[in-house]
Amino acid sequence: MKPSRLSLFGEWILERFPITKIWEEHMAHYYAPKNFNFWYFFGSLALLVLVNQIITGILLTMNYKPDAELAFDSVEYIMREVNWGWLIRYMHSTGASAFFIVVYLHMFRGIIYGSFKHPRELIWIFGMFIFVALMAEAFMGYLLPWGQMSYWGAQVIISLFSAIPVIGEDLSLWIRGDYVISDATLNRFFAFHVIAVPLVLVMLVFLHIVALHEVGSNNPDGVEIKKQKDAKGIPLDGIPFHPYYTVKDIVGVAAFLIFFSVVIFYMPELNGFFLEHANFIPADPMKTPEHIAPVWYFTPFYSILRAIPDKFAGVIGMGGAIVVLFFLPWLDRGRVKSVRYRGGIYKKALFLFVVSFLTLGYLGTQPPTPVASIIARICTAIYFGFFLLMPIYTRWEKLKPVPTRVTSQPSLDDRLQALKKVYEEVTFVAPLSKPVASPLVKCTFLRRRLNPAGVRSVAKRFVKTLKTSLD
Amino acid sequence: MNNKGVDKSKRQFLTSALTVVGAVGTGYLAVPFLAQMQPSVKAMAAGAPVEVDISKMEPGQLLRVAWRGKPVWILKRTPEVLATLKTLDNELRDPMSEESIQPDYSKNLYRSLKPEIFVAIGICTHLGCSPTFRPEIAPADLGDKWKGGFFCPCHGSWFDLAGRVYRGVPAPTNLEIPPYRYVTENQLIIGESSQGASA
Repeated sequence: MKPSRLSLFGEWILERFPITKIWEEHMAHYYAPKNFNFWYFFGSLALLVLVNQIITGILLTMNYKPDAELAFDSVEYIMREVNWGWLIRYMHSTGASAFFIVVYLHMFRGIIYGSFKHPRELIWIFGMFIFVALMAEAFMGYLLPWGQMSYWGAQVIISLFSAIPVIGEDLSLWIRGDYVISDATLNRFFAFHVIAVPLVLVMLVFLHIVALHEVGSNNPDGVEIKKQKDAKGIPLDGIPFHPYYTVKDIVGVAAFLIFFSVVIFYMPELNGFFLEHANFIPADPMKTPEHIAPVWYFTPFYSILRAIPDKFAGVIGMGGAIVVLFFLPWLDRGRVKSVRYRGGIYKKALFLFVVSFLTLGYLGTQPPTPVASIIARICTAIYFGFFLLMPIYTRWEKLKPVPTRVTSQPSLDDRLQALKKVYEEVTFVAPLSKPVASPLVKCTFLRRRLNPAGVRSVAKRFVKTLKTSLD
Repeated sequence: MNNKGVDKSKRQFLTSALTVVGAVGTGYLAVPFLAQMQPSVKAMAAGAPVEVDISKMEPGQLLRVAWRGKPVWILKRTPEVLATLKTLDNELRDPMSEESIQPDYSKNLYRSLKPEIFVAIGICTHLGCSPTFRPEIAPADLGDKWKGGFFCPCHGSWFDLAGRVYRGVPAPTNLEIPPYRYVTENQLIIGESSQGASA
């Protein structure tokens, strides 16, 4: 048979560019552990949000004016007069918050399953650089609408640099390009936001994925699947990324898009969390808003800054809270990756860390009061304690035996059966005192009453399991 | 052509020399690239002094004017306020303004040329927010210790009505005082020093 023109064209390409090789290496023959759970959605979701930000961002630059006189009005113009401008802007502003939500969850996944540990330290480092670049990107993007929060938020953050001894004042002057936040600052932030930082971000994402595909993905059991291979050299617990995980990720994407759309269409400002109220007032260099707070994704770090009653120490604390994350692979001396097999002391420390991080995040959105400052100081101590004491407490861990192969979790059916059993144990069906005709009263579900003995035994079992888990 | 093989030391020298020249060239190129982000000539030139008429100010009134893009406050203080200022020394971090920025003629108890008229840059020395003017005594939200002053809503710094910072708040120094002078009894110039001027 004569080869078709299409296949000839395909061959022509393949002789010059290894497209099938790339596809096989990174998709069809990239073997990922078969026990990924929902925590593994957030990496691909982060990629999706990145694409969303780039596309909506390009569209926004078509109507936005990076000029202190025109910026605020051009954003209002996009919102009111550009066709579908409101949708594109809300997709971009909601995308910024969504980016941080999925990235925080992605990072937390890395922490609980030990994905930062040997041999994946570099993946974690690249990821941390992505996180820092993302914060820079978000911060500079927030100045662009030139609202009150844009202006005063930038004022506060740039002033952080002036706290550095000796060079601080000159450095913040250099960043602003003027003695105050002005048109020069807005214009350069626009340049960084739309070209410099996105380029860096895309490059870092590339490095992050290349490093990941070199060592292979971790999994909820923290077992290295490459240690158990079949005769063909394929990991016994591995499945090809495509089609298995591409299809699974589509489910994640669908679920994500539901939440994303609800925010965009029904609550784009999310009550001041995603777009702050004061930012609908044009920037006024003469007046600071009554209550200024950064957008929610910066508030944990902002709380740390505020908690320390010294300008320079506060800045060091805030920067240190991010820098310390880079060293996580070397701070953690535990020899087991997944939290499933780690000791109780680590689980307790992790729990305290999560609580203090969320508390700091909440306090950062609130005005400063004396009581709030004390709570913020305690949480700051816990935050740093979690990391800096890690080399000590992870040595005392009582580890649980790690399986050689990945495990499978109970199916939804099994879980429902178990739940039903517990339900039957803690309740009983009250007998009918007199015969009644009503079908409603006959219904056993409505006649179920709490069974104290059952509740006690279930609670006892729960406490016992919790105790062995936290031992 | 010689046939004694490759002279590796010469190659090494050339490689090193080229590396050094390249690094120096990159260094020189970095100067204009980085320096272009410094304030432009236009930005540096914008800083003309501002004239303010204070003849219509009532006691206790605060006037805000813009100077170099920053808010400058002019406050007409009452005798009661001036009396309170004398009593606060123990609660302040730098009561005599030893470590704060101000012209020499404002380095005194009232931090001003004339005690009644207080002039300051309304930018918190912590992280650059503009504090709010709270002249009332002991309001519910600030507590009994509040004797009237400036409260920074961003990070909770306290300043008295002479712009002096309290202890135990994040701001490190007192509010900055700009150079200023009186042209006449009721005419202020902000941005010029009073050297030789009648005060």
